[in-house]
Amino acid sequence: MDFRAAVILLLAVIATVSRAIELTFELPDNANQCFYEDIKQGVDATIEFQVVTGGQYDVDMALEAPNGKVLYKDVRKQYDSFTWKTEVEGTYKVCFSNEFSTFSHKIVYMDWQIGEEKPLLPNMEQHMSAMTMMETSSSGIHERLKAIDDYQTHHRLREATGRKRAEELNERVLWWSVGQTVVVVFIGVGQVFILRSFFTDKRTISY
Amino acid sequence: MLIRSVLLLAVLVSSTYALYFHIAETERKCFIEEIPDETMVIGNYKVQLFDPNTKGYADYPGIGMHVEIKDPDDKVILSKLYTSEGKFTFTSHSPGEHVICLYSNSSSWFSGAQLRVHMDIQTGEHAQDYEKVAAKDKLNELQLRIRQLLDQVEQITKEQNYQRYREERFRATSESTNSRVLWWSVVQTVILLLTGFWQMRHLKGFFEAKKLV
Repeated sequence: MDFRAAVILLLAVIATVSRAIELTFELPDNANQCFYEDIKQGVDATIEFQVVTGGQYDVDMALEAPNGKVLYKDVRKQYDSFTWKTEVEGTYKVCFSNEFSTFSHKIVYMDWQIGEEKPLLPNMEQHMSAMTMMETSSSGIHERLKAIDDYQTHHRLREATGRKRAEELNERVLWWSVGQTVVVVFIGVGQVFILRSFFTDKRTISY
Repeated sequence: MLIRSVLLLAVLVSSTYALYFHIAETERKCFIEEIPDETMVIGNYKVQLFDPNTKGYADYPGIGMHVEIKDPDDKVILSKLYTSEGKFTFTSHSPGEHVICLYSNSSSWFSGAQLRVHMDIQTGEHAQDYEKVAAKDKLNELQLRIRQLLDQVEQITKEQNYQRYREERFRATSESTNSRVLWWSVVQTVILLLTGFWQMRHLKGFFEAKKLV
């Protein structure tokens, strides 16, 4: 009995290896950043990314399977989402590249979900068939709240994009104005002195 | 004996970290977490070093990793040196962008070596371990599910609140830009006029002195 429970626990742990990770990181110009995940065969995985700030808000993304096959490759995208079912077990690699850009560093958000969401308690799988109305409804609510969380995340990222642009503009307006004022004054004064020099007798150097 | 080894295997399998990436030895890798206030963030990491002899990554317990966490005001809220495997937790006290930076402190290993960092960062209700909650408060499945829903809704509310605060900041920035553009245009026009006026007066005086006018 203990042995069976232990085997079930082990199988439950292996079978429900599912996880999700969201990361927001900075990608400097001319840089390539890769992330690796060890995934089993026959698992549904989804990768989603969005460029938050930087340049033209675009990045190159490439997804490679353990056997070297390129599952997804696209250039200069602002947002994309890709779902696939793993055919081989091994290390999957996703690379974000900013190599086409020479001076704008990007901030990229990435969300990688692997497998189905594991149940709250390890032994919940055993009586999945006998879910009551309450359990079904609360499970449904949970899924919808997860969707809300996802929408909120994307809303937050888009709002951050707009807000950072506005802050950048605010600062630039100040510096441009100061710079322009300095240039105007400098030219005004410079013009007068140059004009003066035209009407001044130049002292010729006597040989 | 067999049961214990099976359980040990189960524990080992469940404790393998997920995502990993490579960094150079003294390279600083930072991740940004934009979170509302009173949100818990839990991070786990494990570091392995590339061994040129075996051409693979192996555990070196002597590697130290420095974890530095800054709050939205650029103030350091956590700066600790951990071993090659560590767990860090913090709760945000102000809403905004928190930056979590990892870098290794050692340069005494194989020069220019690559480090493999396995990492997992979870925020808000994803950071909650519901098995522990069920055990502590003795909840059945339905009660645990309701508890999870309550946590999720609370996190959504915090995020909405944070959204309101961000929108306020955005609006303040836009209004500041608007007034700056207006004010600076006026100031520049005034300076331009003053400069022109000074120019004419100076030149008039200059030409009168030169007896050309």
